Amino acid sequence: MFKEASIREPLILGDKVSYHQITEDVARSVEGKANKMWWGAFTIAFIAMLWGFGCLAYTVGTGIGAWGANKTVGWAWDITNFVWWIGIGHAGTLISAVLLLFRQRWRMGINRSAEAMTIFAVVCAAIFPVFHMGRVWVAYWTMPIPNQFGSLWVNFNSPLLWDVFAISTYFTVSVIFWYLGLIPDFAMIRDRAKVVGNKMNEMIYRILSFGWSGRVKDWVRFEEVSLVLAGLSTPLVFSVHSIVSMDFATSIVPGWHTTIFPPYFVAGAIFSGFAMVLTLVLIMRKVLSLEAYVTVKHIEYMNIIIMLTGSLVGIAYLTELFISWYSGVEYESYAFINRFSGPYWWAYWSMMTCNVVSPQLFWFKKIRTNLMATFILSLVVNTGMWFERFVIIVTSLHRDYLPSSWTMYSPTWIEVGIFVGTIGFFFTAFLTFARVFPVIAQSELKTIMKSSSKMFKNKNDNHHH
Amino acid sequence: MSLTYTISDKTKKILFAMMGIGLLAFVYAMVRGIPIQRVWANVLVNIFFFMSIGLGATFYMAKKYAAEASYAIVYKRVYEAISGYLPIGALMLVLFLIAGFLGLHHIYHWMDKDVYNPASEHYDKGIAHKAAYFNPLFFWGRILVFFGLFIFAQRTLRQRSLEEDLTGDISLYKKSITTSAWFLVIFGFTAPVIVWDVIMSVDTHWFSTMFGWYVLAGFWCTTMITIMLFSLYLKGKGHLEEMNDNHFHDLGKWVFALSVLWTYTFFCQFMLIWYANIPEEVTYFQDRLGAFGYRPLFWIMFFINLLLPLIVLMSRDAKRNATFLKIVGGILIITHWLDVFVMVMPGTVGANWRIGPMEIGMGIGFAGVFLFVVLNQLAKAPLVVQKHPFLEESKHHQI
Repeated sequence: MFKEASIREPLILGDKVSYHQITEDVARSVEGKANKMWWGAFTIAFIAMLWGFGCLAYTVGTGIGAWGANKTVGWAWDITNFVWWIGIGHAGTLISAVLLLFRQRWRMGINRSAEAMTIFAVVCAAIFPVFHMGRVWVAYWTMPIPNQFGSLWVNFNSPLLWDVFAISTYFTVSVIFWYLGLIPDFAMIRDRAKVVGNKMNEMIYRILSFGWSGRVKDWVRFEEVSLVLAGLSTPLVFSVHSIVSMDFATSIVPGWHTTIFPPYFVAGAIFSGFAMVLTLVLIMRKVLSLEAYVTVKHIEYMNIIIMLTGSLVGIAYLTELFISWYSGVEYESYAFINRFSGPYWWAYWSMMTCNVVSPQLFWFKKIRTNLMATFILSLVVNTGMWFERFVIIVTSLHRDYLPSSWTMYSPTWIEVGIFVGTIGFFFTAFLTFARVFPVIAQSELKTIMKSSSKMFKNKNDNHHH
Repeated sequence: MSLTYTISDKTKKILFAMMGIGLLAFVYAMVRGIPIQRVWANVLVNIFFFMSIGLGATFYMAKKYAAEASYAIVYKRVYEAISGYLPIGALMLVLFLIAGFLGLHHIYHWMDKDVYNPASEHYDKGIAHKAAYFNPLFFWGRILVFFGLFIFAQRTLRQRSLEEDLTGDISLYKKSITTSAWFLVIFGFTAPVIVWDVIMSVDTHWFSTMFGWYVLAGFWCTTMITIMLFSLYLKGKGHLEEMNDNHFHDLGKWVFALSVLWTYTFFCQFMLIWYANIPEEVTYFQDRLGAFGYRPLFWIMFFINLLLPLIVLMSRDAKRNATFLKIVGGILIITHWLDVFVMVMPGTVGANWRIGPMEIGMGIGFAGVFLFVVLNQLAKAPLVVQKHPFLEESKHHQI
């Protein structure tokens, strides 16, 4: 059997670790009843979601004029939120695909919830451009369908169209990947329901688990498909946010047209995605008592990734700033001067502080292993990444080439309401997920029990001494 | 099956012959009256290309510590040895830059003092705007500090690794993680700056925010190819007993993945500049795709760098086959060298380029120096680290 180096810290804690114990711990949240805390959180999230639906209905009924966007600042709150949510939707597939390819064992405690989060975030993201189209009932015109359907043939030169393809592909593959991992876990719940005679659960999870039998043949196929999907998803992690960045970078708007945008957006997306994973996972491990499986070491690794991607984003900020001066292009220089000293200076400096400065605190081991500090910083990073998109979009547009059209932008309560609604939807979905799906990929986690759990590691070490 | 590598007399002869060919290339250039600008430009291509491999290996070495990675430990000495070229490469680069400041060559337009002088007929408003950045004191300050720190990190990590062989002290490993962490931060922030200073500033007016990462992706890929080829060479000689198909599979994957990363940065830079078609930016690709005649070279370089690893290294079997790896690695080394060639030449000699005996000979000469340094580094220490905490994990690495 594979023996891990003794200096590696265990990824499964607890003194009584066994396959059965893992099953019990993971199944508890699905089989048990929700407590008051859960219902409280769910109610708030649900109301926020309904509020968002109301604002969307108002937008559709009234028109895009209900928003604060104007002729100069044509993209504002909506696209900021779109990019913000899409970015958050990056960590899941990174964790499930890229970390699988890199054979990182610590992914197994968190991949399931991160993937779920990804899917909900992408749904939230899609709402914004779809409703910005105005006539949402013809949203299918974004697809290249024949003209008889009343559409115009789509413009393949437009990065907005590439976005449609990139995001729908990403969403599809993410859902399949997520669901694939869930199959053996659904089967576990099915089998447990059968034993206790819970007919309802047995039927639901029988349908969901696609007749999983747990035979070696099933597992071989499972692992092969996982690897193929990981291979497919890895370029998708890059492509989605690269293409989102091209929505801006292919234009000739100062502050938007810069070649570093694609990789810098990808780094920023991973950055914000991990922050959101932390926000959710820190609560989840506590509420569902999963501290033995999502350990402080997991949190620490995620914090290191935040530190790394935060610094990468910092490099990109400084590169842009420097090149805007170095290039000698006056429009480009002005765009950046306006960013940090113009009327939206507070957005720029919030972005810099939250995204570049605050993650540097994770250099201290004390801070990156402190749960409260991590939780606060994860919120700070999420805020910062929202400001980043606001800075890129609004401050670049509000003072364009023609000073006579310079203007300011501020959101209406409708726009804010839609944003609040997406947050409501996100948490409603996540809370539901935490009740009906196994939140930890228990079948995968069991594969590392003997190599990476504290109990077995101690046992192994004692054998050799 | 020995733990120590010694350079055989035959190998030594080959290496000296290679360096001799390099010298002959200079003589050839003088005799044939090849324009001195073209000779200097070639020197820059080779100095930067090989220096960047040494820097890339240092980066890889540090990255392994910071990521707590174990798979590569059985061939750790190989990339350690390659990183040993960094001080030599950096020294050559510094000498090259000094030569520029002394007026011995005119590779860098911005080194010419007249371009900053409004009274001069050579006054160039675009470059004069950058005067603060190219101020000699600031320029030399950053070049020396950056390389100083890089070399310091490289020496420290190597020294500790050698020490660890003798004592097995775990604190050495832990200290190396710290060294690696600060090195990676410095590297991340300064490597793009060095690329701007040494390569991007050849086309003094041109700018691209992606350029630093583009060049970095390129030399990271070249570094992995170099590590792979040296490992194959040593394996072929019967060394590195513990290194097996699984480890080569990993190296093959690295080359595959980084080739795709390189393509990604190339494509993003190229596509965005092409799409926006802004005169200040698009000149760069007009030089390379227009009348100067680089077009075939440019596209051959791009498509081989992308397609060869993509097609050949896609399969698992190919990554476990030494012959495949050698062929792909050998070709990619040359095409990545061409990448640097196409970066430097249009801004220095315009249409007056050729890949003739001088270019090839000089490339062989520099390769000789590089191989000589790296093989000597290999000969200095046991070929497998002895007491690294992840050695056992690495030996049993299986994919």
